[in-house]
Amino acid sequence: MSSRTLPLLFINLGGEMLYILDQRLRAQNIPADKAKKVMNDIITTMFNKKFLEELFKPQELYSKKALRTVFDRLAHASIMRLNQASMDKLYDLMTMAFKYQVLLCPRPKDILLVSFNHMDAIKDFVKETPSILSQVDETYKQLIEMYTPLSSGEFQLIRQTLLIFFQDMHIRVSIFLKDKVQNSNGRFVLPTSGPVPHGTQIPGLIRMFSCSGEEVKKLQFRNGGNYTSALREGSFEMFGERVIKLGTNMYSVSRPVETHLSGTSKNSAQQKSVNTTPNPLAKEELNMLARLMGGLEVQKTSSVDNGFRVNLFATDEEEEEALISRPDEFSYDVINIQATKLSGGCTEQARY
Amino acid sequence: MMYHKEKSIQIKSSASALYNNLSVLRIAPRNLTYFSVVHANMVNMVSASWDGLNYSHRQLQSKEPNVTTSSSLIMQAAWCVLPYREILVLTSQKGIQMYESDGSIMVYWHALDTPETPTAQAVFARGIAAVRDKYICVGISSGSVLVFDVPSKGSNITLSEVLEEHKESITDMASECSGSLECIADLVSADDSGNLSVWKSGEDFQLLNKIPGFDMSCSSVKLWKGTVVAGYGTGQIRLYEAITGIIHAEINAHARWIYSLDIAPFSGLVRSAFTCSLPFQIVHMYNECVTDTQICGAKFCDGDGYAFAVTGYDLSEIIRYTQA
Repeated sequence: MSSRTLPLLFINLGGEMLYILDQRLRAQNIPADKAKKVMNDIITTMFNKKFLEELFKPQELYSKKALRTVFDRLAHASIMRLNQASMDKLYDLMTMAFKYQVLLCPRPKDILLVSFNHMDAIKDFVKETPSILSQVDETYKQLIEMYTPLSSGEFQLIRQTLLIFFQDMHIRVSIFLKDKVQNSNGRFVLPTSGPVPHGTQIPGLIRMFSCSGEEVKKLQFRNGGNYTSALREGSFEMFGERVIKLGTNMYSVSRPVETHLSGTSKNSAQQKSVNTTPNPLAKEELNMLARLMGGLEVQKTSSVDNGFRVNLFATDEEEEEALISRPDEFSYDVINIQATKLSGGCTEQARY
Repeated sequence: MMYHKEKSIQIKSSASALYNNLSVLRIAPRNLTYFSVVHANMVNMVSASWDGLNYSHRQLQSKEPNVTTSSSLIMQAAWCVLPYREILVLTSQKGIQMYESDGSIMVYWHALDTPETPTAQAVFARGIAAVRDKYICVGISSGSVLVFDVPSKGSNITLSEVLEEHKESITDMASECSGSLECIADLVSADDSGNLSVWKSGEDFQLLNKIPGFDMSCSSVKLWKGTVVAGYGTGQIRLYEAITGIIHAEINAHARWIYSLDIAPFSGLVRSAFTCSLPFQIVHMYNECVTDTQICGAKFCDGDGYAFAVTGYDLSEIIRYTQA
């Protein structure tokens, strides 16, 4: 569908990843200098010029499998290591958070404001490192250049493309459950109250006009919701108040991150029906991925002593248990590829 | 007027968040109703008997012939009712497929010009309407409208004309649904900037009028007794006289983007849910809220508006309501 979806998907998922890692690094009392190195290394890799060039090219969305491979690589761009169970959980949280943000956005265009919220936070993480800061600023400019001219319909197409990517994902996240934004069946709560989106009128009015365009009658009706006037519009520039809160950091040291895998048989059947369609062009996707990852320079761990492991669970035992008990339908098969330069143009293919 | 919820119809996979993602075909001689709902690269079809006892399912994939790539995403599926036959039309990123109404046989395939490498402008077909006796019209992301000439039987379907009026992607199209032969306008097409074009069908389709948008996508449109009913991304519904473009009414109907609207042609009920009659009276009839669901398809199941059905993103069921 929209060939402009991948940069937004990547940046927002990356932003969520950084929020979660930042919280875990602090919760595990990782020394400040090491924690900072991890965050800096990941961010500089994320905003690598060559990588972004590939990312911003018009292209269809990658499959879930391919995208997970990119984030695996990104998460290991520094001295931090994650076991598979923790990486799985990290990816679950990232994807459910962004799915929530996309669904709850008042207008499709507001997905850009959500992206700016993530960018603003990332900028704050690296504010003391000018070289990385300039990479982040460069990315703002690319986002503004590509997305601010788009029409409402084109943003809706991006939104629809993202929603197909997230379709049938109903992993329960304890922070969402606690805040009552997600139900126990994994579906998000959609409010029927609050401010209407910018540009929308509060429902309830019918105006009728004569042939000369004069208003001749006005009627009110009850629309079943409880809406208020729109808030002012957020800023689509490099700086400014975004107004929308979606995409800001919801984690803190005191709010631990847990997931429950809601594996009803219906969900698993649906996931299977999408994922098991044979894809004869997997090879082409691998080529594209290799090209993309060629820009992702992964740090070689120079000293074994410097490296450390981060756990997304409360204990090592929990992490081990999570790996063993993760239902098959929720496993992310990660692609192992060499990031060598491959020739050939890209052809269209479907990736789900 | 009150509606109550009936037992939902389960479908094999969930509905995707696409405009007008529900099509209904009533087959009175066999006491059956067909429903179709798009899920990514597949269409879920259900045939439901009116006594509620029998359901049969079929899934269609958008497999384009002569192409070895895997299937593309489907934008819309809709039944087109012509005097002698009903055709199921699927529009996707690769092209347009037409099937016999039960989805059993593909009778026609039209490929879109897809570039070698993806371009910034997406390529897809969207917006489907059956017009008068023998035309099926389909919109394209470039803004073009393809007019297909459909014989009363067989697969000798031909592309008869390409209408180049819109500059933005077509979102939806609708033909005059009242059955009245007096109406001059046969077809209305809508696009992503909210512009509407009104057409008269024939060997050469004639542009009767252009109704300008207001920089907001018109995602769903209907044509009834010469009146265009249009739903916009702002949640507003507007009613225009098709031939003149004179605005009859404006309704602040919803707090979110309208994904679908429908008219019951015999009664003038508009699902979203207003009734209109001529001379213009608009009366709000009914509200319903489907909890925690982003609705993507809404259709009356019969010409009087006695029953309607909706689909929602991520939901694997068709929710139904009938008049109490």
